[in-house]
Amino acid sequence: MRARTLVLAACVLLLAAAPLVAGALGQMYYVELLRRVMIFGIAAASLNLILGYGGLVSFGHAAYLGVGGYAVGILAFYGVNNGWLQWAVAILASALVALAIGAISVRTRGIYFIMITLAFTQMLYYLGISVEEYGGDDGLRIKVKSQFSGLIDLNDPVAYYYLVFALLLGVLYLVHRLVNSRFGLLLRAAKSNEARSRAIGFSPYPYQLAAFVISGALCGLAGALYANHTSFITPEYMHWTRSGEIMFMVILGGMGTAAGPALGAFALLIVEDLLAGWTQHWQVILGPLLVLCVLFFKRGLAGLLPGGGKDG
Amino acid sequence: MNLILVFEQALNGLQFGVTLFLMAAGLTLVFGIMNLVNLAHGSLYMVGAYLTVAAVGWTGSFPLGVLLGLLGTLAVGMLVEVIALRTLYERDHLDQVLATFGLILFFNELVAILWGRASLYTVLPNYLQGFIEIVPGSIYPVYRALVIAVGLAVALLLWFVVARTRLGMLIRAGASNRTMVAALGINIRLLYTIVFGFGAALAGLAGLMAGPIYSVQPGMGELILIQVFVVIVIGGIGSIRGALVGALIVGMVDTMGRAFLKPMLAHFISPTAAEAAGPALASMLIYLLMALVLALRPEGLFPAKSG
Repeated sequence: MRARTLVLAACVLLLAAAPLVAGALGQMYYVELLRRVMIFGIAAASLNLILGYGGLVSFGHAAYLGVGGYAVGILAFYGVNNGWLQWAVAILASALVALAIGAISVRTRGIYFIMITLAFTQMLYYLGISVEEYGGDDGLRIKVKSQFSGLIDLNDPVAYYYLVFALLLGVLYLVHRLVNSRFGLLLRAAKSNEARSRAIGFSPYPYQLAAFVISGALCGLAGALYANHTSFITPEYMHWTRSGEIMFMVILGGMGTAAGPALGAFALLIVEDLLAGWTQHWQVILGPLLVLCVLFFKRGLAGLLPGGGKDG
Repeated sequence: MNLILVFEQALNGLQFGVTLFLMAAGLTLVFGIMNLVNLAHGSLYMVGAYLTVAAVGWTGSFPLGVLLGLLGTLAVGMLVEVIALRTLYERDHLDQVLATFGLILFFNELVAILWGRASLYTVLPNYLQGFIEIVPGSIYPVYRALVIAVGLAVALLLWFVVARTRLGMLIRAGASNRTMVAALGINIRLLYTIVFGFGAALAGLAGLMAGPIYSVQPGMGELILIQVFVVIVIGGIGSIRGALVGALIVGMVDTMGRAFLKPMLAHFISPTAAEAAGPALASMLIYLLMALVLALRPEGLFPAKSG
């Protein structure tokens, strides 16, 4: 376990030092890229809570990314630039949407759950396209980024980088604490054997629904971050391929491991970036690569770390 | 709202419904028998549409192009099954979803490389471009009527194959107990490949028939795929009867909603509000319907046990 901690600590230090190195080399592009990686790391960590620990295969996590993003975008559209308010609304709105979707979908199992979460996300996607007021298909430009009473300026790429960095660590820690609490143990018990958890006297539904809502809220935070990252919000945030990508990050990094989602987000987005720099038809390479990963790389990146395996 | 318009929209709903059914039948068969969640089913729909456009252009004959497109999709489907999907039958749904997600990215991009990202349109021969008068005072495009007829005929044929032939018997047996079927000396791998190719050909048929009505473009398969999921969730997974009923309901509700929701809303709220809310609500209608069905019957209208 010690070697594993050292490797992970080294990753954190590298991420912390990245803007300094990139700044010294004049390669600010990489600050942006890593910031995007970390935002998706938060989204993947939120999905990992229900997918990795709860066994709920949500194929609709992009919905909360979109709801969080649109919360910031729409408030900014009406001239409300207070970041505290914007982000609180983003988290609350995605929690509410997750509550509505979860209340219906968590009652179902297996393939139904996958299809239903996907279908509801698609519904929100079409809603985004058909509401012309907020740009519809073309999206909505966010003219002023979230303002935090002068505490932090999101227009400063390095300051924003460190904010995302801190939030990523916070979210990873929060998920880690949650899954090791009594609540998390019940969630994991329901994943490994639902009949037995009923037999020892608790119904999984409220716990799974609560986890679903927390997961949605955290992903909503990622959405608010991403909206500020791109200064632009479109229905594409909620496109189903986005849900697939987030899910893939979790699997690639290692399901049900604390640091896995961040590693997965890093690996997938960096590979995408490299392939996209090489050919515009990068998806024709990425697709089979994903298939191969599923077939032959079951434990994920976290499984490669020393002491890799179940927990981390 | 005059009755002729309602009648025409009902036919459009029926036409969309049979297209959905062709997709849903293949998807639900593959799920029921191989226990495989195949997201790439939409890609086969797209492949069918593209191959047909190419074949019609190449041979200059519409029926010949359709035949080639259909056979081509069948071949592509079987090839995909043998190369990639066969190893996934024993995996859990999560792995299947991710691997077939990878296949979708591959197919969409491959199509974009081969034919470009711009929309293509199939040119219909003259004899399919006209209109027919189904009831006095209402003319309807011949081609759409043909789609409805073909869709219903295939539904009938499918029922016949599954319920009355030896292949259908094996399919039903494979769905209920695959180990036993294999123990009785049936080549279950071959059966799987045949069923998958069969489903692929149905998806290809849906795609090639949709080609002249909607545009043919990369990613066209996923738009319909998710609607097909709604169909299957409503109808009950693994049930062909459920797929038929679900497809007709979804096709009808979606088409009617898009056509009449806005004018109907205008009776209750202000026209400008209806102008904004109508399209948004119409595009959400089938998903709300799905939520309603799930709330009342979580297993869908026709749970798979009833066949």
